Amino acid sequence: MSPQPSDRTAVPPIFELGQDGRANRYLEPGKPLNTFLPMNLVREELPLPDNSELDVVRHYTRLSQRTFGIDLGFYPLGSCTMKYNPRVNDAIAARREFSELHPYVPDALAQGALEVMYELERSLSSLFGMAAFSLNPSAGAHAELAALLIAKKYFKERGEPLRENVIVPDTAHGTNPASAAMCGFKVISLPSNERGRLSVAEVRNVIGADTAVCMMTNPNTLGLFEDEIAAIAGAVHQSGGLMYYDGANANAIMGYARPGDMGFDLMHLNTHKTFTIPHGGGGAGHGPLGVAAHLVEYLPVPVVVRKGSEFRLEFDRPKSIGPMRSFWSNFAHAVRALAYFYANGEAGLRRVSQLAVLNANYLRVKIAEFLDTPYPENCRHEFVVSAQRLKKEHGVRALDLAKALLDFGYMAPTMYFPLIVPECLMIEPTETESKETLDAFTEALREIVRRAQTDPESLLQAPVTTVVGRVDETLAARRPDLRWKAEKSHN
Amino acid sequence: MYAPHTETDVKEMLQAVGAQSLDELLRVPDEIALKEKLDVVPALPEYLIQRRFEHFAAKNTGVNYRSFLGAGAYRHYVPPAIAALAMRGEFLTAYTPYQAEVSQGYLQAIYEWQSYICLLTGMDLANASVYDGATALAEAAIMAFGATGRHKLLVSRAIHPNYHAVLRTYCEGLDVDVEELPLTADGVTDCSGLAEKLAGRHYAAVAVQSPNFFGNVETPPAQALAAMKESGTIPIAVVAEALSLAALPPPSSWGAQIVAGEAQSFGVPVAYGGPYAGFIASTQEHMRRIPGRLAGKTVDSAGRTAYVLTLQAREQHIRRERATSNICTNQAHCALIATMYLALMGKTGLRNAAALNLARSRELAGAVASVAGVTLKYSAPFFNEFVADVGRPAAEVLAALQERNILGGVDLGRFYPEMRNCILMTATELTTSGDIAALATALEEVLHVPATV
Repeated sequence: MSPQPSDRTAVPPIFELGQDGRANRYLEPGKPLNTFLPMNLVREELPLPDNSELDVVRHYTRLSQRTFGIDLGFYPLGSCTMKYNPRVNDAIAARREFSELHPYVPDALAQGALEVMYELERSLSSLFGMAAFSLNPSAGAHAELAALLIAKKYFKERGEPLRENVIVPDTAHGTNPASAAMCGFKVISLPSNERGRLSVAEVRNVIGADTAVCMMTNPNTLGLFEDEIAAIAGAVHQSGGLMYYDGANANAIMGYARPGDMGFDLMHLNTHKTFTIPHGGGGAGHGPLGVAAHLVEYLPVPVVVRKGSEFRLEFDRPKSIGPMRSFWSNFAHAVRALAYFYANGEAGLRRVSQLAVLNANYLRVKIAEFLDTPYPENCRHEFVVSAQRLKKEHGVRALDLAKALLDFGYMAPTMYFPLIVPECLMIEPTETESKETLDAFTEALREIVRRAQTDPESLLQAPVTTVVGRVDETLAARRPDLRWKAEKSHN
Repeated sequence: MYAPHTETDVKEMLQAVGAQSLDELLRVPDEIALKEKLDVVPALPEYLIQRRFEHFAAKNTGVNYRSFLGAGAYRHYVPPAIAALAMRGEFLTAYTPYQAEVSQGYLQAIYEWQSYICLLTGMDLANASVYDGATALAEAAIMAFGATGRHKLLVSRAIHPNYHAVLRTYCEGLDVDVEELPLTADGVTDCSGLAEKLAGRHYAAVAVQSPNFFGNVETPPAQALAAMKESGTIPIAVVAEALSLAALPPPSSWGAQIVAGEAQSFGVPVAYGGPYAGFIASTQEHMRRIPGRLAGKTVDSAGRTAYVLTLQAREQHIRRERATSNICTNQAHCALIATMYLALMGKTGLRNAAALNLARSRELAGAVASVAGVTLKYSAPFFNEFVADVGRPAAEVLAALQERNILGGVDLGRFYPEMRNCILMTATELTTSGDIAALATALEEVLHVPATV
């Protein structure tokens, strides 16, 4: 089960391999640089290694073997929706007609790319009940920033520049308050109630003429549906504010509820979560931004528009907040997202949400046999458990359970988030995992909890089967070593 | 649908949960429940999905044209070894490496990326990537605002117009002003009035790009640099064509404190605009203001070399509204591709690729300048692109070239009203002498037809 190779020998940095002049002949030799540039504009030294292709292939293959991905095992990472990434999407995105298409190719010669973007935009708008989407933002947090810039501009144009408060529940993702701060908004954090939800009464306490936006994710990060959402949206709208939907948890609602119908004016979707775009070790992501009709004019440019059977990029939109990135979209990801849409259709996406929620509940009831679930009710796509009792009674923390799971060949769940649950593990299985996988995971976790109760010491060292043991994060932060440097003897 | 559930599985799992139906688990309050039929694309079997995308692909005819497009997205040779390595599932399907013990490989690759960027730019440190070149500049500006407490920024008119536009988008949110430094007749930044401007100590930073948007190599003059130093203004260098770093002196050589750049040239396909990989590098003093992830080297419990994401107290998941940036997901996989490209090319390969870019672009410049009616607008040294003045509206000339299956370059009138007769033309190592001859011949034909206006 364990994906780790037994070899624990450190892999030397690429800079310590190779020999000067051991160059790969990808191109024909050129003339010396000073043929073309005055001497003062020619770089003297370029201190990079020359490696053979074989050495480079071995180096990165070995690094890949020291990396855990969905392809190696179950990845129950809450709020990250680590589902299977279908290979057909990558095969399509790699076609030369997409990968070699330059962003400045005239619209008439890029009609296929524009049609892909248009179809994706239309389908997303329908699926989530928004008037239009922009494919411009590069990730969820980037879309949040764009949305808050829209809100800022919208209020300014309405003559209400003093709306400076952004309301976020205490279960919100960290990007929500960080994005708000980048637009100069003040963040008001609201406590969840004993049911793990935001209540309309709590919202009413803080809204008023200074309310700009209320940012929520639904289901929230406890995996619970915010059932007062319609009343909350109504109250925020009545105060003149806007509602923002953080789409990180959209895998739970497709075909059942739409942010637009819940009363949200703005939203993003992380297609690298719900729409199976590979996370790639931390991006590239893709964060389409949806808006209700009254905000369409503010969307970032360019926007793909259709006239008859012709598509074009529209830049001239006077009310737009402007572009959010160098070029139009993370287009290769738009291709993947549309391919995933075609693999499912409406009924398929509804089924995706059904089975994601079923898997989460199945795992929740099984894990509840041996770990505390602070919100013991049916969940949506994810749920939280707390190791607080284990910590009190046996000195074993959520961190220790998470690290022990690595020894069993599983990725650890999201830890210590949301912040309101002590010793929290947040688990999201996604719909692409089988009942057998969930059963095996449950038994591994059961065994770990048993060890916590009988031999807690043994867990404090975990993981022990991985290529390194627990890493010294304190040392890393205290004496930051962020880059390779040549040994002194080489200078 | 990629879910493995059989009907029996669903039945057993529902029973275990104690629910009667799936609908029971997914029910939402009636007033917001979805009641209408959706208008989304239909479900297709996999072979028909491929066929559907063949239809889209066939309509991207631009890929079959001879192309002289660049302007921030560059066509370079990409060794196939990169796809073979980068598309390995371990890399492709990994999350951000928060669990260091099972992410040592990716963390080391990020550390190598940071190191490569430092070695190329001459800076002390670099982050794990940002979205792209434009957002790198915006984030670099935010670093400078934080470091100086000032609320104004000066940027060169020769910065990529898209970067400039994105900077303005971000700065609307930050309530800071962006001012522009004009161009000289040579197509580089006019720094003549800079010392007086900076004397009031109101500007957080001055941003210049080299090679600039017109392809010209720029080094801020000594006087301008002295004025920045004197006034505590942070020099930001922008690099949109990263391959130029293999040939030109690094930004550290003239005293840049922050470098904001785009690494697309390092093995990342142009892909109609993305995804690419932005980078931010800086001097040591700005370490705690740098946005996004940083991989660091440390040891494990047994003293073995290990890598980990570090200095996370800067980041949004810890610090929330007090974070240095909201960036979370970055462009790790593109940065990984760039790292592999740099490893495969090596010093010798990069220098050679740079030399070929210099050679082909000069061959192109010579060929188009020999066409009657075409002049090269600037005489400054350039890297792989330059401005050709065609003496009549560039849009018309480009449209006529397009009829001859040639994408002659980018119409500068689209960004600079005073340059509507100008085309930004690019040649890389992939541009052939045949391409260049074809463009020269076509230009000859096009320009000798009387203008239609």
